[in-house]
Amino acid sequence: MSTTYQQPTERGYYGQFGGAFIPEMLYPNVEELRQQYLDILADPAFQQEYQQLLRDYVGRPTPLFEAKRLSAKYNTRVYLKREDLCHTGAHKVNNTVGQILLAKRLGKTRIIAETGAGQHGVATATVCALMGMQCIVYMGEIDMERQKPNVYRMRLLGAEVRAALSGSRTLKDATNEAIRDWIGNPVDTHYIIGSVVGPHPYPDLVARLQAVISEEMRKQLLEKTGSELPNYVVACVGGGSNAAGAFYHFLEEPSVKLVAVEAAGHGVNSGHSAATSVLGKPGIIHGSRTLLMQDEDGQITEPYSLSAGLDYPGIGPLHAFLADSGRAQFISIEDEDALRAVAELSRLEGIIPALETAHALAALGQLGAGPDDVVVVNLSGRGDKDLETYLKYADTIL
Amino acid sequence: MQNRIQQAFQKKGKNLLNVYFTAGYPRLHDTVPLIKSLSMAGADLIEIGMPFSDPLADGPVIQASSTAALQNGMNMRVLFQQLEGIREEVTETPILLMGYLNPVMQFGVENFCREAAAAGVDGVILPDLPLDDYVAEYQELFRRYNLRPVFLITPQTAPERIRRIDELTDSFLYLVSGPGTTGGANTQAEGVQEAYFQRIEAMNLRNPRLIGFGIGDKASFQRACQYAEGAIIGSALIRALEGTDDAPAAATRFVQLVLA
Repeated sequence: MSTTYQQPTERGYYGQFGGAFIPEMLYPNVEELRQQYLDILADPAFQQEYQQLLRDYVGRPTPLFEAKRLSAKYNTRVYLKREDLCHTGAHKVNNTVGQILLAKRLGKTRIIAETGAGQHGVATATVCALMGMQCIVYMGEIDMERQKPNVYRMRLLGAEVRAALSGSRTLKDATNEAIRDWIGNPVDTHYIIGSVVGPHPYPDLVARLQAVISEEMRKQLLEKTGSELPNYVVACVGGGSNAAGAFYHFLEEPSVKLVAVEAAGHGVNSGHSAATSVLGKPGIIHGSRTLLMQDEDGQITEPYSLSAGLDYPGIGPLHAFLADSGRAQFISIEDEDALRAVAELSRLEGIIPALETAHALAALGQLGAGPDDVVVVNLSGRGDKDLETYLKYADTIL
Repeated sequence: MQNRIQQAFQKKGKNLLNVYFTAGYPRLHDTVPLIKSLSMAGADLIEIGMPFSDPLADGPVIQASSTAALQNGMNMRVLFQQLEGIREEVTETPILLMGYLNPVMQFGVENFCREAAAAGVDGVILPDLPLDDYVAEYQELFRRYNLRPVFLITPQTAPERIRRIDELTDSFLYLVSGPGTTGGANTQAEGVQEAYFQRIEAMNLRNPRLIGFGIGDKASFQRACQYAEGAIIGSALIRALEGTDDAPAAATRFVQLVLA
């Protein structure tokens, strides 16, 4: 299949967004990666190992499931791309499998990662166990509390989970701590970033490793609907890795409407929100220029979402470009509506989605899709990790 | 055109002490009294931190001081108001502003340069400003306002990149002593560090060098001065200011102990 993706520039820019705004201490690491990632990804030996692990270890291709009862409810044709059926329970492992192979080729022996909901941490801990590598995962103290099962899972897999105690003690701060760790360990360590954020080449690297999602979608849609192209692709966005993967092979197909769903928290204008595309302005976070929630002095503001995977004050630079150019439509969903979507999918289709994913599902009613339209929702992860939250909000869900 | 940074190096030549503190810490209006006391006590250069919510290259001590300063109400506008007239009182000591790019961008880079120059600032340290972006977008602007950029060099910085950095500034080179953020313990073996400093010395660069990160007292300052024209102290001074009622007096004592 031909790649239809608009490449970032050599310095990693998507329009005005992207780049590599990093202190000199990180420059050699990031530059080494920039010079080598495309060659390594294109290397047949790498591809063979990567594809084999995706098939035999991750469980790809993941099914594209026609959700008939959900379709009836919204009077359109809804397909679910079942990334929740990936090993470890979310799409995150597509990226970590690729990056651990990359790290090995770069001669690294120690892996660090940040995690919000814990899915990327678990996926990183998993591939580190598989490859016998030391693994340290930074996680905000608050996220460790609300995603306990994933903390236990990481520890069971042999990873060390370190609490980020600064700032809002969530994903942003876990990322700061991981970057500082990398600054302190510049030679032996590879930082597996979990989303399409960070300095170039990370946004492009992670998007390419997640692109398998839309690559499979096209093949599966052709089989099931007679056309490779759906009318809508819907995905939730924190940093935006599952959305980048779901959009990747449709970016230059103008007939396909790309819908990115952000967490509005208690409401976009409530002061407790993570809807970056609405509330953000161009700024620099974690090494890239993107849309960023900040105050008028350029201090990064603390985002809020009930979902630990979506409360990030920025979005990936590709998504900032898609929002700015109008190529993607951005929708914001509040906590309560996401919780209701959890109940809906569980009852209608027997699938309990992750709280992050539920935001994408909650947008179904807002698309304006007609009865003949094909809508693919990227079901990015499963909800086991969120059971405690779901029980806590039983009044809304049950 | 010469500026105060070059003059300071020419005048003293060696054992220069550059001290860092965070603007608006421990109290909002300590900034100017601290500049005066540090200068009086013998600091050769003064680096004023512009607090940022997410300082990637800094360790916990400077991050905590930044958080406190922001809570005190420090921001770029307040800082430039405070610095107004400082050159009537502190005439010679070079003043540098250190911070991260995002607050500067939001203030407007040209506004920032204009205000900094008007206040008598001599140099700027923005660790997350990439060299290519500096050259492409900001170099002319900095020149126009006679602001000297300072770039960091680490043990991993390649020789050709060090040469390029040396070409891009007329101030000093900031030698990061080893891996880690500011205020960390120096974990590198002494021999490894010495080899790195000597390797840079042997390059015969245009600019003088100051060693920073992990320098915190008289002993570490003197050791650093063996390998460069001087050294930079930040976190240790911040620690000395913590919880004090009289920050200028504490700063004076701190500098006197280092230089004693």
